Amino acid sequence: MTASNEQRRKERLDRGIKVRSEGIYALMSWRELAYLFLPRVALIGGLLILPLVMPSMYWQRVISIVCIYALLALSFDFLAHFVGLVSLGGAFFIGTGSYIAAILNTTFGLSPIFTIPIATLLGAGICTVLLLPCLPLRGVYFAIVTLMYPLLLARVIEALDILGGTDGILGIESFTNRWMEQYFIIVMVLVLLFGTRRLVNQDIGLVFRAVKDNDQSVRASGMSVTYYKSIAVFIASGIGCLAGAYLVHLYMWAGLSTLALDFSILPIAATVIGGSGTLVGPVLGAFILVPISELLRAFGTLRIVFYALILLAFIIFRSEGIMVYGQRKYHQFEKWIKV
Amino acid sequence: MSTSTTPLLQINEVTKAFGGIHALNEVSFDLHENEILGIIGPNGSGKTTLVNCITGFVELTGGEVLYRGKKISGKPPHKIADMGITRTFQIMRPYYSLPAYKNLVIPLFSPRAKRTGGWRGGGKLGDRNTVSIDILEELGFERESFVPYKKASNLPTGYLKRLELARCLALNPKVIICDEIFSGLSMSEIASMVPLVERLQMEGITLIMIEHRLRELFQVATRIMVLNFGEKLIEGTAEEVMADEKVKEAYFGSEEVEEVMAHA
Repeated sequence: MTASNEQRRKERLDRGIKVRSEGIYALMSWRELAYLFLPRVALIGGLLILPLVMPSMYWQRVISIVCIYALLALSFDFLAHFVGLVSLGGAFFIGTGSYIAAILNTTFGLSPIFTIPIATLLGAGICTVLLLPCLPLRGVYFAIVTLMYPLLLARVIEALDILGGTDGILGIESFTNRWMEQYFIIVMVLVLLFGTRRLVNQDIGLVFRAVKDNDQSVRASGMSVTYYKSIAVFIASGIGCLAGAYLVHLYMWAGLSTLALDFSILPIAATVIGGSGTLVGPVLGAFILVPISELLRAFGTLRIVFYALILLAFIIFRSEGIMVYGQRKYHQFEKWIKV
Repeated sequence: MSTSTTPLLQINEVTKAFGGIHALNEVSFDLHENEILGIIGPNGSGKTTLVNCITGFVELTGGEVLYRGKKISGKPPHKIADMGITRTFQIMRPYYSLPAYKNLVIPLFSPRAKRTGGWRGGGKLGDRNTVSIDILEELGFERESFVPYKKASNLPTGYLKRLELARCLALNPKVIICDEIFSGLSMSEIASMVPLVERLQMEGITLIMIEHRLRELFQVATRIMVLNFGEKLIEGTAEEVMADEKVKEAYFGSEEVEEVMAHA
């Protein structure tokens, strides 16, 4: 009948609660409360339960590694999407954090309770100062410099045989308790994730986003772009250094492999898969990618082929990322209507 | 001139060369407190470069800019804006990903706005969202409408021009340099902007207006300066300027100018 020339299109409607307000929600029923809280509770609960349901020590260790990558992915997404700085500095941050924690532990005999916070702040400071020269510049310079530093540091350590040289720094204290070791990093991921999410919606977070949008206007508003960029880099590199310091106490060893490029590249892949600009997405992306990479170990060197294929598939079919897609589906009704 | 009447801004023989091309060649003028100085000139005569030089967005090749007798040329743009010398951009530069009112939270967060208490309140402790909506309302963004809450990328040109002005006002400025805020607007939009400019002057703000819309400019401007090929041709009242032979020559063929001159 008319089916051939009848055209239909998908109509999307925001759910009522989303329409009323983007920021402050006016809650009117338990259903709406559940609508808002369920995703958050699912994430928090899921992460907290995860170590308990892991079949073996090996997989619990994998969860810790996943959390390290999740922190790096979070830091990458924060810098790239909210400040406009594309950072390839995961390895730089991890390396700085881990070497500082290792030195504090072996030379000064400080326990992880002290080394991790000190390495986080000191490492963030060092990273920020070293990256300061390229902060006034726009464009790819930041990416290149963050990529260059870990390569440079690795060669310097190797050539001068300082900081343990190619052997690395051995004999680092581990966490006293296995569960503390596990839950410390999980709680850190949750705290930093929700903290960053809150930060980007504060007034200072708006300034970060403004720097990304239009740095000339920020200058014309009487604010130094370099200053705000350096604050953002301090926060992001602090997150990375925290992960690095934790890594050192997890492996009880700090070496050249903490400066490996994996730490720079994998967070970016996790961000692509998870959905950039959502902050949650990259974390979830890390929780998908790293375990896949572990499962694919059985394939030996073919691992990277499968890995690349999975990434390609994501980029082609869901380039917006899981979280962007998921959020849209969660917040909107969809129906077909006649045109 | 006695020290009590030191000009607010003194531009002394400002020169800017891009390679061998002199975009500005020894341009000098004074800006007095609470006046509106109109700067006109054909395309490419160096008007926007002059704004960039005063506000520190480009470095001078020669000459200097003084604010209340103190040298400001050579300072970075955010320091100059921090002193209260603000500018709008000819090509509007809003934060496209943010709603209009959030666009103003950024200047309200600046050290100057916190220190001086802002144009309409909202210093250190004020709620910046409320203050920004107050400011926007004064510039014609109806509070009750959707307009202030729309993303800047969805706003029409007229509102973006006002948003540029609002960004300057949020800083509680002494001087606003408007780079063609009338261009690209409809006649009715311009008609609604003119009283706004007059009100700013009444509130004690000094303005430099770069314009191509001569008739509206002559309505508000205290003095007019004409630039051509990076050189200052003449400075004076609108009548004096338009009667000048060199100006006629520079603008030769421009319909609007001939029309304005015919009226004068």
